[in-house]
Amino acid sequence: MLASIVASGLAMGAVYALIGITYNTMFATSRVMSFTAGMLGMLGGVLGSLFMLRWGLPILVSLPLTLLACALVGVVTEFVAVRPVLKSLDQHLYVLSTLAVALMIQQVTAIEWSTEPRPFPSLLPMGSGMWDEKYWLPVIACAVTVAGLEYLYRRTLVGRAFLAVAEDNFAAKALGLPERNLRVASYAMAGAIGALAGFSGGQLLLAFFANGPLLNFYGFIPVALGGLGNNRGAVIGGLALGLFQQAANFTFGGIFASVAVFVLFIAVLLAAPQGLFGTATARRV
Amino acid sequence: MDPAPLADAGVLDAGSGALPARGARPSHLRALIPFLALLALAVVLPLTDNDYYALIATRAAIYWVLISGLNLIVGFAGQLAIGYVALFALGAYTASVLAAGTVLPPAPVVLALAGGTAMGAASGVIVGLPALRLRTFYFAMTTLGFATIVTQVALGWQSVTGGGVGVAGPSLPAPFDTAWGLYYLCLGIAVLCTWMTANIARSRFGRALVATREAEVAAEAAGISKPALLVSVFLFAGAVAGLAGGLFASLQTYITPDAFTFDLSLLFFIAVLIGGRGSILGPLLGTIILTMLPEVAAPLAAWSTFVYAILVLVIVLAIPGGIAALLDFRSRRPLPRDRAILPHLGALGELLNADRAPVALALRGVALGFGGVRAIDGLDLDVSSGQVHGLIGPNGSGKTTTLNVISGYYAPQEGTLTAGAATLPSRMPSSRARHGIARTFQTPRIIGEATVLQNVMVGGTTIGQASFAEALLSLPRQLRDERRIEATARLALDAVGLGALADVRADRLQHSELRFVEIARALMLRPAFLLLDEPAAGLSPDEIKRLGALIRAISRRGVGVLLVEHHADLIFEICDEVTVLNLGRVLAHGTPAEIRAHKEVVSAYLGA
Repeated sequence: MLASIVASGLAMGAVYALIGITYNTMFATSRVMSFTAGMLGMLGGVLGSLFMLRWGLPILVSLPLTLLACALVGVVTEFVAVRPVLKSLDQHLYVLSTLAVALMIQQVTAIEWSTEPRPFPSLLPMGSGMWDEKYWLPVIACAVTVAGLEYLYRRTLVGRAFLAVAEDNFAAKALGLPERNLRVASYAMAGAIGALAGFSGGQLLLAFFANGPLLNFYGFIPVALGGLGNNRGAVIGGLALGLFQQAANFTFGGIFASVAVFVLFIAVLLAAPQGLFGTATARRV
Repeated sequence: MDPAPLADAGVLDAGSGALPARGARPSHLRALIPFLALLALAVVLPLTDNDYYALIATRAAIYWVLISGLNLIVGFAGQLAIGYVALFALGAYTASVLAAGTVLPPAPVVLALAGGTAMGAASGVIVGLPALRLRTFYFAMTTLGFATIVTQVALGWQSVTGGGVGVAGPSLPAPFDTAWGLYYLCLGIAVLCTWMTANIARSRFGRALVATREAEVAAEAAGISKPALLVSVFLFAGAVAGLAGGLFASLQTYITPDAFTFDLSLLFFIAVLIGGRGSILGPLLGTIILTMLPEVAAPLAAWSTFVYAILVLVIVLAIPGGIAALLDFRSRRPLPRDRAILPHLGALGELLNADRAPVALALRGVALGFGGVRAIDGLDLDVSSGQVHGLIGPNGSGKTTTLNVISGYYAPQEGTLTAGAATLPSRMPSSRARHGIARTFQTPRIIGEATVLQNVMVGGTTIGQASFAEALLSLPRQLRDERRIEATARLALDAVGLGALADVRADRLQHSELRFVEIARALMLRPAFLLLDEPAAGLSPDEIKRLGALIRAISRRGVGVLLVEHHADLIFEICDEVTVLNLGRVLAHGTPAEIRAHKEVVSAYLGA
């Protein structure tokens, strides 16, 4: 039993961590927490199932297509819900505008796809039991994403430009960095990362429109635990959350596991408002 | 917060006299007209004898019971509570389960409803806890997460909630067991909730809620403790949400988790959003419109979430003020152009009590660094009653940092801070008002959407003695508080020379006028110490002269003034002592004449 707790906990944790990274990627260049993060994860599963099962496309076509479609959703989010409210960031209008876009995505999916969970195909016929691909695929996807982002941020010029914008928007603009294009690019990247979360976790979560709000909440917990914008924190927080949730699931059953997660979330937030790996806030006066 | 909606809540007093008139004023009555008209319509609705109308109208009344409380959170405090359907569901299930007796022995209906109300209040506070310390997004997320979890529990905990099959709602005794009987009950409760939230809106609590939203730092300086305030509001909003849930369960006669979808939460939230911030009439109209919308436009039912989402986007991007802003005609009337700020120093005598024991504010060896920079480095400073102490120095010498340490925004890393015999705690800006320390800010921190008078009244929040519950019910002590705060505010406005602009929206004032509004707000505390952060910046030479006379007069009423300023003329004219800072250290200290002759000061700062 312990083995299956660990296997499913790590798998779910990796999906949550990826959604957390999706939040962080959007946050880094815009200081906006977007409610579309969970929807991108949901779309990853739904589009994957649509392309592979309904349209019968091979995985090598379906995966890039899914990532591309979600990257596009990310860009649209930036144009519709983020750019118009950036001027008045302190009024938190982005909470409402991104929520609105998220709900539109969810509703269209519910009506055009289905309100029932649909199956997600097996990607690689490998492994069985707790070595089933559905357990290790998300973990691999998460590891690849983190490694890729680390490489991008530390080794490439574009990545450093991202970091510069994340560190100080105004200074980056003053240096002549194309801040607006970098922001759009980061939303596209976030879209692809969110899609990867849903795609790799497709067999665990299924292609289900209601995964959006769930992933929104469970993907936000790693961000809150790890500190806003901290990807390593999000990975640790995500895996910890996955393990805790699955352990509670096996011991108390499903409903009380979610209650336990919620209580833990509130408790940690109150004890460490900046997250366990976050830094203190800036000056206010 | 726009004057028109405030007027509808009775917040705005259009009386032009210096003293508040007693009893109902014409504007007060005019503000009531839309409410009375709606009530009259609601009362005669049963004449239609149409049970379908009864259902829709009862539903609207129940929704409004919840939304009236949510309005204080979203519309006034600006906290984005998007998952309030969870409290509604909890109230409904608690009342139903208590009445059905699946857990405890069956309870009478009244007790069951009270149980639902209590459950709502308790959960309201728990869900709100993160809002007390964290950014808005966290609160939005916790309410959303809570909504998800409540639905899961309702579905999964079958032995109690009946799972997907559901549970019977509490059935009310006669005369509330008919469609119209229940309607009148819900209408009565809705009217009561409207009255209570209007009472809060026009009390110091309502103003403080708006102040924490629009000018949080200034609210803290006025002694407003955001956590205490929000907990009261969360309790109230949670209670009415729970009660609304219980009534909803009675109306439905049978409840399942499907009845509490996220759509409903959106309806609640959007009703406030459409209505406009800081209004009561707006969200009430919003509630009625949104409850009727799906009935009128049945084909839209499947797409309701999508329609709500588009509504949110349109409101946020196009009309952030909502219905209330569209109806605000008053603020389009032009203001007189050639107005001048003419302080009325005589009013200070009435406002500030000169014969109180002198105290001293003392900083000893205070040091504070940011990263590698020592912003202040071992600073000693005294401010005594009745004296104006000038604090000058080049940019970056630590003047504003010193003010921020005194007012508790920064914690000094070394040194002590005392006012009289009391040591001032670090990092507790809202405790400073109690020690008689008031301040203004380099950039005025004003609630643009509130009137000048309301802005000043925010400064008097700590004068009030009535509790939140007394304010809710508008009890005598609350009415006394209001009269006193308003009279003091008008006096303070007269003193600084803005009496004529009391009822104007603050965002229509000029920059120089806002500086005087801030001084009036600070005077509301009847402070022992007044900290002024560059009050002359942006003022004309005439205005600076009047400001100097005002500051001088304030200090002669026994107030210790600490003045941070760059206008050397003003400093040397009105200060009793001057401290010059450079690189976080005291470069010189003495009378204006000594400082003017100080060689290093002249070379470092004043120039030859």
